[in-house]
Amino acid sequence: MANKTRIKLPDKTAVGDVIEIRALINHVMETGNRKDANGQVIPRDIVNSLTVTFGKVTVFKAEFGPGISSNPFVAFHMRVPGPGELVFVWQDDAGVQTIERAPLLVG
Amino acid sequence: MSCDRRPPVEPQRHIKIVSRRDLVLGASAAVAVIGLLASRPALAAGTEAAPAAAETVVPISRVPLSEGLSASRQFDEALGVILKDAEPAVGEPLTLTLPELAENGNVVPYTIAVESPMTDNDYVHTLHLLSTANPQAVVATFHLIPATGKAMVSGRMRLAKTQDVVAIAEVSTGQVLVSARKIEVTIGGCGNE
Repeated sequence: MANKTRIKLPDKTAVGDVIEIRALINHVMETGNRKDANGQVIPRDIVNSLTVTFGKVTVFKAEFGPGISSNPFVAFHMRVPGPGELVFVWQDDAGVQTIERAPLLVG
Repeated sequence: MSCDRRPPVEPQRHIKIVSRRDLVLGASAAVAVIGLLASRPALAAGTEAAPAAAETVVPISRVPLSEGLSASRQFDEALGVILKDAEPAVGEPLTLTLPELAENGNVVPYTIAVESPMTDNDYVHTLHLLSTANPQAVVATFHLIPATGKAMVSGRMRLAKTQDVVAIAEVSTGQVLVSARKIEVTIGGCGNE
């Protein structure tokens, strides 16, 4: 099941602006270091990557380790090439892929 | 406590001399873990052929860590894999921003920023965030392109205990930048509830 996400883009941009993009996904980010009440290791399950593409270009890629907090949040930047659509793909250890699209409005 | 799953090791010196063999073995293991094998297949071969003068390498000394704090073996290994033979420049234009004190190690905000023109000829292509005392040293790696526009990434990390956090930036010109910051952690967080 895809996880709940939140993406924040500026409401208004112009071509050439450098904008901040914020992306969050709800995820437990289980480290694999913890044990349950019976002493069994709780298997690792983290979001291990976020890939952001605009058009055919990957503008940003994050690889996360277990040292990233639950509900991983990341803020990064992008120079606005023009109107278009940003595609966010999160991948977790369990093989779940969460894909979210956000329009980039220009003008 | 699950943070300290690893068996206790002898007290670590601040600057640790790592034997070539250890480094190669460690580096190979770390490489396998983070899947960067393809990027440096020549590491082991290159070290084999190195002259006797290079009997020891001291990767840890290339990063300015705080006095009195030790770095984990995991960190040394990860650092070796990232830095390879590079002599990183310390400090500006790379800045790592963290709170001085984290009451809750589960959620610690960080910002890594590099003053870079981000042009096709001169841009930051990779940012690394490393922990010197978490069970896993590599916290995150970020890949940027010139169209990223600004080499600045922020997020939230987990910290097991008081330690140095290290950011490394790789620039397209071949330059490597490193910055370390000490952070006091009141309640450790690496998945413990």
